[in-house]
Amino acid sequence: MWATRNGTAGGRMDEAQHIDEAQGIDIVDVRYAYGAKPALADVSMALRPGRFTALLGPNGAGKSTLVSLLSGLFVPQGGRISIFGLDLAKDPLAALSVMGIVFQQQTLDLDLSVRQNMAYFAALHGLAGRRAGQRIEACLTRLGLAARQKEKVRALNSGHRRRLEIARSLVHEPRFLLLDEPTVGLDVPARADLVAHVHALCRDDGLTVLWATHLVDEVEAGDDLVVLHDGTVRAQGAVADVLASTGAHDVLGAFHRLTTPAPAEPAP
Amino acid sequence: MRRPAGIYLTCMVGVLWREALRFIHQRERFVAALVRPLIWLLIFAAGFRSILGVSIQPPYATYITYETYIVPGLIAMIQLFNGMQSSLAMVYDREMGSMRVLLTAPLPRWYLLASKLMAGTAVSLLQVYAFLIVAELVLVDLPPLGFLAVLPVLLLTGLMLGALGMLLSSTIRQLENFAGIMNFVIFPMFFLSSALYPLWRMQESSDLIYRISSANPFTHAVESLRFALYLEVEPTSLGIVAGALVVFFGLAVWGYDPRKGLVHRRGKG
Repeated sequence: MWATRNGTAGGRMDEAQHIDEAQGIDIVDVRYAYGAKPALADVSMALRPGRFTALLGPNGAGKSTLVSLLSGLFVPQGGRISIFGLDLAKDPLAALSVMGIVFQQQTLDLDLSVRQNMAYFAALHGLAGRRAGQRIEACLTRLGLAARQKEKVRALNSGHRRRLEIARSLVHEPRFLLLDEPTVGLDVPARADLVAHVHALCRDDGLTVLWATHLVDEVEAGDDLVVLHDGTVRAQGAVADVLASTGAHDVLGAFHRLTTPAPAEPAP
Repeated sequence: MRRPAGIYLTCMVGVLWREALRFIHQRERFVAALVRPLIWLLIFAAGFRSILGVSIQPPYATYITYETYIVPGLIAMIQLFNGMQSSLAMVYDREMGSMRVLLTAPLPRWYLLASKLMAGTAVSLLQVYAFLIVAELVLVDLPPLGFLAVLPVLLLTGLMLGALGMLLSSTIRQLENFAGIMNFVIFPMFFLSSALYPLWRMQESSDLIYRISSANPFTHAVESLRFALYLEVEPTSLGIVAGALVVFFGLAVWGYDPRKGLVHRRGKG
């Protein structure tokens, strides 16, 4: 077992590794700017372990920037990020080893088969041989792709490619799944299918999930919600709490109230 | 956190394996890599044979044909183009996102880039040996042991030119800018070298061009290969190639470092 929910881990990669999953994901006062243009301004949020958290924000809110910071592609210009107690700045490799990441852009090799794509990713995480084979089989089965593992990715439709990316991100048994607008370009049934799959992963395996999206209908009533707008956190908590705090009846209403500027007072 | 050596090895094998699979799937790339130097060898060299005489000079013990002279330059050309091809692929991968998969693997970034570099170099070795076999069968007479002796030098020159490509990929912001690389890097590097004519011939016509060509790492890659093919060692050239490798790779790692580097950082929301 790579990492357990009660906090001890190790074994699979023959290294002593300790994460405290109960600490969840902590993002504290994180800042990032592209030159003079701020993208995130003192963003703080806490993701509860084993929960599906929707990071909801319009285009340009800073979601992809936050995902890049969490995945170590960018480095915060201020603040700190902690993954299950691991400081991302001090121990990025340990933190990355417990993370599964699905980027907004598709990142598969179209000319390689489903299984070859999985095997490449497994190797990047130090998995090879029988162990890799078992994990690939399990993940493909879980995402309903086992029968298609010999097919080239080019032959898959967009929905199945996305499923494959999720299957791939699970191959090293991460405990934190980070998805950046994974339903972009999918039709409505494929979107619903993907959302359901990831909710099932969260529910059944206790994965901590951060799902960045600008689509309100991907948020379910039992989820946690963070609303990001103009690089700042406008609200966070369980969906019910966000609704109560905004006085809205549904997520769409809350989202509008939190992201639409108040009308200017009429001049006297 | 220290990671077990096995993880490093598995990762590098995985990157090599992926590059090999991609290469197999891109047969056109292989054919293009082979056809380009063969055109130079069979057409260009045939035309220039009677114009350009090559006197006896080390490592050659006797007069040689022009075709024989340009073989090391064409080998280095294959590796130069392969390095640039890898560079183009890295820019494409970065734009398409698949570079992110590599860079978010839980291993040090320098190691991930080194694995990528090794994989690209391994592909260039396949291309070079395919070219050498054809050249040997058709025109040129190389010492049989030269095929073996040149291997470590090919590895070094391939890594150096691949590292140059990697460095360039970290500075190119958009795929469309890649054409500039062709004009400002590949052609000057190739023509301002000893690939097509000996440096002493250049000195006869322009001392400045001679000096630039003497400082060009590509010249030293060509000369290292030329000597190795004839079972000799050219230590100065090898040293310069190794030094260039360290500098290019160091700058490439710096270029891909999100804290300091030049890799395009674009927000999407």
